[in-house]
Amino acid sequence: MIPASFDYVAPTTVDEALAALAEHGDDAKVLAGGQSLLPILRMRLNAPGVVVDLGRIPDLQGVCDDGDHIVIGAMTTYAAVLADDLVSTHASLLSKAVATVADPQIRHRGTLGGALVHADPAGDVGAPVLALGAELVVAGPGGQTRTVTADDFFEDLFTTAVGEGELLTQIRIPKHTGWGAHYEKFVRVSHQWSIVAVAATVRSEGGTIAEARVGLTNMGSTPLRAVSVENALVGQPATDEAIRAAVASVADGTNPPSDLNGDSDYRRHLATVLTRRAVLAAAGA
Amino acid sequence: MTITEDAPTAGPEIGKARRRKEDQRLITGRTRWTDNITLPGMLHLAMVRSPFAHATITAIATDEAKASPGVIAVLTGRDLADGQGVVANAWPITTDQVTPTHLPVAVDRVACAGEIVAIVAARSAAEARDAAELVDVDYDELPAVLDLKEAVKDEVLAHPDLGTNTSAVWTLDSAAQGSGTDVEDEIAKAREDGIVLEREFRQQRLIPAFMEPRSTVCDPTGEQMTVWTSTQVPHILRFLVAATTGMPESKIRIIAPDVGGGFGGKLQTTPEEFATIAVARRLGKPCKYTETRSESLLSGHHGRDQWQKLTLSARKDGTVTGLKVELLADLGAYVGVVGGGVPVLGAWMFNSIYKFAAYHFTVRTLLTNKTWVDAYRGAGRPEATFAVERMMDELAAELGRDPLEVREQNWIRHEEFPFTTVAGMTYDSGNYEAATARAKELFGYDALRAEQQRRREAHDPVQLGIGVSTFTEMCGLAPSRILGALNYGAGGWESASIRMLATGKVEVLTGTSPHGQGHETAWSQIVADRLGVPFEDVEVLHGDSQISSKGMDTYGSRSLVVGAEAVVRAADRVIDKARPIAAHLLEASVDDIEFTAGRFGVKGTDKGITMAEVALATWTGHNLPDGVEPSIDADATFDPDNFSFPHGTHLCAVEVDTETGKTTMRSYVCVDDVGTIINPLIVEGQVHGGVVQGIAQALWEGAEFDEQGTLVTGSFVDYTLPTSADTISLVTDHTVSPSTYTALGTKGVGEAGAIASTPAVVNAIVDAVRHLGVSDITMPCTPERVWKAIQVGSAGATEGERGAAAHFDDGAPNQDSPQPSDTTEGGAQ
Amino acid sequence: MTRIHVTVDGVAYSDEVEPRTLLVHYLRQSLGKTGTVVGCDTSNCGACTVHLDGVSVKSCNVLAVQADGHEVTTIEGLAEDGQLHPVQQAFHECHALQCGYCTPGMIMQACDVLKDNPDPTEAEIREGLEGNLCRCTGYHNIVKAVQQAAGQMRSASSGSGETADATEAAEVSA
Repeated sequence: MIPASFDYVAPTTVDEALAALAEHGDDAKVLAGGQSLLPILRMRLNAPGVVVDLGRIPDLQGVCDDGDHIVIGAMTTYAAVLADDLVSTHASLLSKAVATVADPQIRHRGTLGGALVHADPAGDVGAPVLALGAELVVAGPGGQTRTVTADDFFEDLFTTAVGEGELLTQIRIPKHTGWGAHYEKFVRVSHQWSIVAVAATVRSEGGTIAEARVGLTNMGSTPLRAVSVENALVGQPATDEAIRAAVASVADGTNPPSDLNGDSDYRRHLATVLTRRAVLAAAGA
Repeated sequence: MTITEDAPTAGPEIGKARRRKEDQRLITGRTRWTDNITLPGMLHLAMVRSPFAHATITAIATDEAKASPGVIAVLTGRDLADGQGVVANAWPITTDQVTPTHLPVAVDRVACAGEIVAIVAARSAAEARDAAELVDVDYDELPAVLDLKEAVKDEVLAHPDLGTNTSAVWTLDSAAQGSGTDVEDEIAKAREDGIVLEREFRQQRLIPAFMEPRSTVCDPTGEQMTVWTSTQVPHILRFLVAATTGMPESKIRIIAPDVGGGFGGKLQTTPEEFATIAVARRLGKPCKYTETRSESLLSGHHGRDQWQKLTLSARKDGTVTGLKVELLADLGAYVGVVGGGVPVLGAWMFNSIYKFAAYHFTVRTLLTNKTWVDAYRGAGRPEATFAVERMMDELAAELGRDPLEVREQNWIRHEEFPFTTVAGMTYDSGNYEAATARAKELFGYDALRAEQQRRREAHDPVQLGIGVSTFTEMCGLAPSRILGALNYGAGGWESASIRMLATGKVEVLTGTSPHGQGHETAWSQIVADRLGVPFEDVEVLHGDSQISSKGMDTYGSRSLVVGAEAVVRAADRVIDKARPIAAHLLEASVDDIEFTAGRFGVKGTDKGITMAEVALATWTGHNLPDGVEPSIDADATFDPDNFSFPHGTHLCAVEVDTETGKTTMRSYVCVDDVGTIINPLIVEGQVHGGVVQGIAQALWEGAEFDEQGTLVTGSFVDYTLPTSADTISLVTDHTVSPSTYTALGTKGVGEAGAIASTPAVVNAIVDAVRHLGVSDITMPCTPERVWKAIQVGSAGATEGERGAAAHFDDGAPNQDSPQPSDTTEGGAQ
Repeated sequence: MTRIHVTVDGVAYSDEVEPRTLLVHYLRQSLGKTGTVVGCDTSNCGACTVHLDGVSVKSCNVLAVQADGHEVTTIEGLAEDGQLHPVQQAFHECHALQCGYCTPGMIMQACDVLKDNPDPTEAEIREGLEGNLCRCTGYHNIVKAVQQAAGQMRSASSGSGETADATEAAEVSA
């Protein structure tokens, strides 16, 4: 469990980091929190020539208020996200999902941006970021930035819109102040990856769902957003019966994996049960 | 930085919850694990392992690896062919057992994935690993046999040269050996006018998954070889290295330093140990090999892996009459040191605590192209206990009666001990009624049954199940004469020595080799009482063949019931040797000397001398009786007359979420009877750990291979051990029926929890959903399996088929093998 | 090779390391801090847990170069002034270890749990230790030890001098 040899660069600014990526091309691998990358390197499933460590770039860390949005630096650790009042006030769905990631030690090191770019479909932050309609700020060669919507960010298994030579720098989340939220995660043993999980956040008005956002974890090669279910929930009372009917089709058209934890059919079934529970909990029912 | 101890209380040490002597170094990080050892000039080894389950090795190119920085040597199986030794099977269960030769480093052919084909020795572990990646091995893949039921057909052979996959067939029959009636007669009678239950259960393959990866350091010093290794069996390793490499036993020193768990997984003499020794001999340099977790899960031996076919006959009133057991047991690619003996150890346990009139047991051991299988916590007895306890629940369901009531109708009553069973074992003592009554009380059995009923009636999506396991087991391997009769290659005795030091301190040398069991503490308590010396004055030494030179090591819940009995006898000999010296010093007749609480006194006087004073006088040798040697040190070797038979009642309540299949444990109560308890703290700890390992078999663990023979549960991402957040606090208590076979009255506790708990959990899950048409769920009972069983069961129930007892058709199991499929890769997030 | 400056258990070190060196290997091989052990390759087992700038991390999942300029505490630096840390003492009293291999990591993580939450419930303790595997104890006595240590640390910090009865707390449950 010793990685293959590599060179190490620890830039202190985003520009330096981008320059290092430009110099080394696909021989470089970006090290964020390292909690997924280092096991991969240790098992020698990947052997980059250069590791570019973003851990010494202060600009990439922290959460700030930007009017309608909160802005989370890509290198903000799970633990920092969890402890942040802006996040729990305006994007409580993200707090609830992050609380279920792996274990405390991993949450001390792992970063929100690292997890999003790693894009493991069983990871717990993709679905809430998608459900919350986040925008992801990507810096490219020369330092210019572009903004990608969460809908366009996740492209495939372990593949995102962040291209070679680019870095995810910020996650901008529209404020969902006052929305109820719940992340319903289904695992066999506690600190493992989700078999299926459902991220739900709703705005209720007097016992009726006024708006809803639903994201699915590990129901396909990317996190998925259940837009038809979101629409069906609008105007429904927060009762078991009404929500059961509204979410019944949540797994339609999904193509979840089959593995030791369950086949695709079982996962589709789970998704319907977990979505009902997540929405009910988010609605405070 | 030392532990602060409470002031010791008066009274005997035995029975006291002494905090462990072992802890100080373990809680401060001053432990000596094998991998902590670094010797001057030491080389690090990395193994090149086969990715294929079955293949011929056609070429190995090592040039690139040899040129890699820091590399001293790259050695193949052919390079090491002379003198690498053989990984031996010590227990051919039949005289015609088919036993493939198991070379530490494969030469021509590999028979399972993970076999070592070449070894790199380099100056650092990183350089060794780098070079290992550069060794280029050409393989010609051969067809692999990976399924137990396929293996029976002999269509694809794990070892083509052997002509068959069957290693041995071993049978025990009550009619044949005169310990009971004929099982076929009983089954035939029951088919006429009784109940016959036929069931097939899968004992899935498990991985011991001790926390310390195995490690070996070899130091060839001149003619001698010192080996530190993470093993349960230093003495057996020493013998087998000598027996298979030609090195004189007297030149080999094996040391088991601190060893981080074993659970049977380290009772093996491993290819890695033999290979490291061979490389160190070849290079004349100290060498270290430490496995990674992936290597450990793939290449350390696995456990369990049986198909179990059971036929139980009973009268209509619920009285059991016959039990027929037919096992297929997967040995994997090779026959391990105990190997085929593991299922045989279960042969006397399927009948358990019940008074069957007739009993038949047959096991067919089979070779496949998977990781070899050997002892894992319980070794044969968990498999047996699972099957019979599942069958007793099935019988209760068939009768529509309470499972505890049906068990009580059939178990041995306490006044019937000693009791000779239908399998031919004589149980020493026990009180199943008392343990069960206490367990029911602690569990709140009746209230939980009432809640279960309420949930059923309310069609609650969360159903409650109550699981029962009233187990017994056999501990204390083993009477040497029985092992001889079973064709086992060694004895079952244990050895101890006591050295009385001049300063009054006591050194106890034991042949057991603990790796977490707390022998240093428990043996100190026993010796403190026996010799009347302070607990703190006793030092227990173990695990070094140059210090405790004789021993049979630690496995099979044998250490206390065999090893400590040797310690007791050695202590008694110390007293016997000290007595004439004390009499001489006290100027009294030996006949007038009484020994109590560490003091030799003269009857009817207040004259006396302490053991420590006798030890000092003996050391100086100035004033000893004529003809008495100046030593009161003593040795003893104890060979037990019989096994001991702990028992207990385990009750477990599980909630089943019928919408998802997820199970949640509500409570777990166990009342064990392990005979006399030396240290209740240690006994509780053994029970806790064992119970959770058994629960883990029921719920979480299973080694799965894909159709190429690749272990897909090859890391802790996929081989899912439970965490603290998946488990609950346990309620434990004891009844005490001292063993009549041991001086201390102890029975052994190391495996009890793991033996008892698995069927309790599965019984609970099935009990929760039996009314939905479910009568069995394959282990591990994953949420998916539970949910699917409910779907199938509910469909069956509506068709009115529920409760029908399956009958065996040849070759048609009533249960499907779990289908392994792809898993996601990657580590933590 | 890259030069790093790390303070470990209160001692400042400066060493050349290969960038690929894991923090746990640096601790064990360069500094001889063999109290911190390796149990897996996937960061599941937690045996290698240490504190990095006061928070728990898995030292197999941190490169030594990432620790440059930071402070590390291992199991070997936990005791202060010759006194065991209350968590160490509680592990002993409650028989919270058998083979002891997971123990250093388990103790370091337990300290982290109690730093954030001095009065945790059983469920909070169990969740706080979910990244640390133990194969011997079934976790029962580990949870008890953390509860006992929490009680002792609270009473010590409140200055009441009232300590939990260790014997009673370590008594087997029935």
